[in-house]
Amino acid sequence: MEDILSSIDGFKQWLKGRSEPPADTAAFLLERAAAMDRDIKAFAHIEADRIMEKASSLGEAGEKGKLRGVPVGVKSNICMKGALTTCASRILEGFRPPYNATVIEKLLAEGALLIGGANMDEFAFGSSCETSCYGLTRNPWDLERIPGGSSGGPVAAVAGGEVVAALGSDTGGSIRQPAAMCGVVGLKPTYGRVSRYGLIAFASSLDQIGPVTRNVADCAALLEVISGHDHRDSTSVNRAVPRYTESLSGEIGGMKIGIPGEYFSSGIDKEVRDRIDEAIGVFKGLGAETVDISLPHTKYAVSCYYIIGPAEASSNLARYDGVHYGYRSPDANELIDMYIATRNEGFGAEAKRRILLGTYSLSSGYYEAYYLKAQKVRTRISDDFREAFKICDCILTPTAPTTAFKIGERMEDPLTMYLSDIFTIPANLAGLPAISIPCGTGENDMPVGLQLMAAPFEEEILIRAAHAFEKNTDHHKLFSGDRRK
Amino acid sequence: MEKDVKKKTITEDVVRYVARLSRLRLGEKDLARFQSQLSRILDYIAQLNEVDTEGVQPTTHVLSSMRNVFREDELKESLSPEEALSNAPARKENFFEVPKVIKDA
Repeated sequence: MEDILSSIDGFKQWLKGRSEPPADTAAFLLERAAAMDRDIKAFAHIEADRIMEKASSLGEAGEKGKLRGVPVGVKSNICMKGALTTCASRILEGFRPPYNATVIEKLLAEGALLIGGANMDEFAFGSSCETSCYGLTRNPWDLERIPGGSSGGPVAAVAGGEVVAALGSDTGGSIRQPAAMCGVVGLKPTYGRVSRYGLIAFASSLDQIGPVTRNVADCAALLEVISGHDHRDSTSVNRAVPRYTESLSGEIGGMKIGIPGEYFSSGIDKEVRDRIDEAIGVFKGLGAETVDISLPHTKYAVSCYYIIGPAEASSNLARYDGVHYGYRSPDANELIDMYIATRNEGFGAEAKRRILLGTYSLSSGYYEAYYLKAQKVRTRISDDFREAFKICDCILTPTAPTTAFKIGERMEDPLTMYLSDIFTIPANLAGLPAISIPCGTGENDMPVGLQLMAAPFEEEILIRAAHAFEKNTDHHKLFSGDRRK
Repeated sequence: MEKDVKKKTITEDVVRYVARLSRLRLGEKDLARFQSQLSRILDYIAQLNEVDTEGVQPTTHVLSSMRNVFREDELKESLSPEEALSNAPARKENFFEVPKVIKDA
C-alpha cells in the first residue's frame, strides 16, 4: 500500500489533492488503517462508527488547526471521552471515560483525527506488548517479532504506516524502546512537561505522555501541541512552552555530546554497538564534540525501578475493585469475595506479579530496606546526571541492548524481560527528557535505535541534535512496508 | 540505621500473605510460580545494598524545584451523577451498588 502517512506535511499535501468531503477521506483512512492492521494488530479497539461521527465535524478546528485531519493513534491508557479505554486489561473491560485527557483536548483543538484503543502491555507492564488481554501486537518489520513495549500498539501503528503519529506513555522506556525496535522516533518529555491528567496511572512519579512519529520535525510539532501547564495535574510544571519546531536548524557545531562508558561496557549486541559507533561518527562529522563521561550508578537503575515502579503501581491499582467501573466478577455474593474474585479474574499474570512485588516492598518490615533504599539510590542516579550535564549538552547511548526479539522468547523469564529497559529507565528515574531515533538496521535487518538524553526542560537540544542527524542520514526513510518479512 | 536489603528468598507463605494484602487469591500453581519468579527478581534487586547511601536524601520529587500545589477551595464544574455512574457495573438510583457487606443472620 502506498505510504501516504510518512509525515504531517506529506499528509497535508496528499489531502490537498482530495476533492471529496472530509468524512469520506476519514472513512478511506479508517478502512486503510483497518486493512493494514489485520497483520500488525496495533489496535485493541478501532471503533469506526464513533470515529466517523467525530470525523464529520473535523472542519471545526478550521483551516488553522495544525493537525487538521491528521490520523493520530492513541494508546489505550489515555482517556478519550466515550471511547473504549481499557489499558488492554480485562479489569477495565467496557470502560468509556466520561472526560478527555488534557492531551486529547489539545489534539482535538488542532483538528487531529484521533484513532483510539492502540494496544499495549496490560497497564503498560511489559517490554514486548505481549501481555495485552486482547492479544499481542506484531512488529511491522517482521511479524514473527515483538514490537517492543509497552507502547507497542501506538509505535507499530506509526511504523506500519497506519497513522501519521501516535501518543504513547513512558514509565521506564515504554515509548523509546518500542520506537527503537520499530525504527521510528519516540520522545519522553521532562517529568511535568506534559499533563498526566487523564493518563491512567501506572507509576505516578515516572509516567509521562509523549509523541511517536516517523521523523523529528513531526515529533517537535506534536510536542509543541501537547506540552504545557495544567492545573488539573499538580505535577505539571508552570513554564513557558518553547517553539520546538524552531529547533529544527540542523546546526550542532560545538555541541558537546557525552558518551557514558557504563552504557557500552557489556550486554550490548554487536549489531547495536556498530550502528551506535557509526552514529557517533556522524555527529562528529557535523561538528559536535564527544566527551567521555561516567554515570557510575547506571547498573543499579533496573533494581531501583523494580522497587519504585511496582510500589507505585500496587498503590495505583488498588482502585480496581469492581465497584466504580470496569469488570466485576459475577461469581461473588459478599463484598470482600467480590473484590478478590474481580481482581483475580481481571488482572493478568504480569499485573499480579507487579502488584505482589510492590505490596511486598511497601509492607511493614520491608519498607525501609526496599522502598526507602531505592529512593536514595534514585537520588544518586539523578546526581550522576547533574554532574554529567556540567560538562556536556546531551548524552548519547543505545536505546536498547538488542533489536526486537522473537515473540514468546522472554515471556516466562520476567527478569530478562525487565533488563531490556536497562538504558531507558535512568531517564525516568531522573525525570529527564530523552528521545530515540532510528540509526540503521542490524544483521537481521531489524531497526536499531539511538537514545539522546538532556537536562530537565532541554527538549530543544534533543530535537536539534536528532534533527541534524536525521538530515544527514537516510535511516528514517526506510519503511517497514517495503521490507516486511 | 537502615536495614540491609538481604539476599533472601521469598517463601510461599510470604507470597500468600502479600497476595492477601493485595486482595488476590493465588492457586497452588500460581503460588509456586510467583514464589520462584519473585525470588529471582528480589535476589537481583539485592544489589542495591552495594550502594552507599549514608546521608543521601531519598527522592520525594524528581525535580527538586517542585513544591506543593494548592488552590482556593471553591466550587468548580465536575461530573454529573449520571456521568460518574455511567461505567458502574451495578447501580441503584444515584448510588454504586455492591454485594451485601453484612451477612444474613
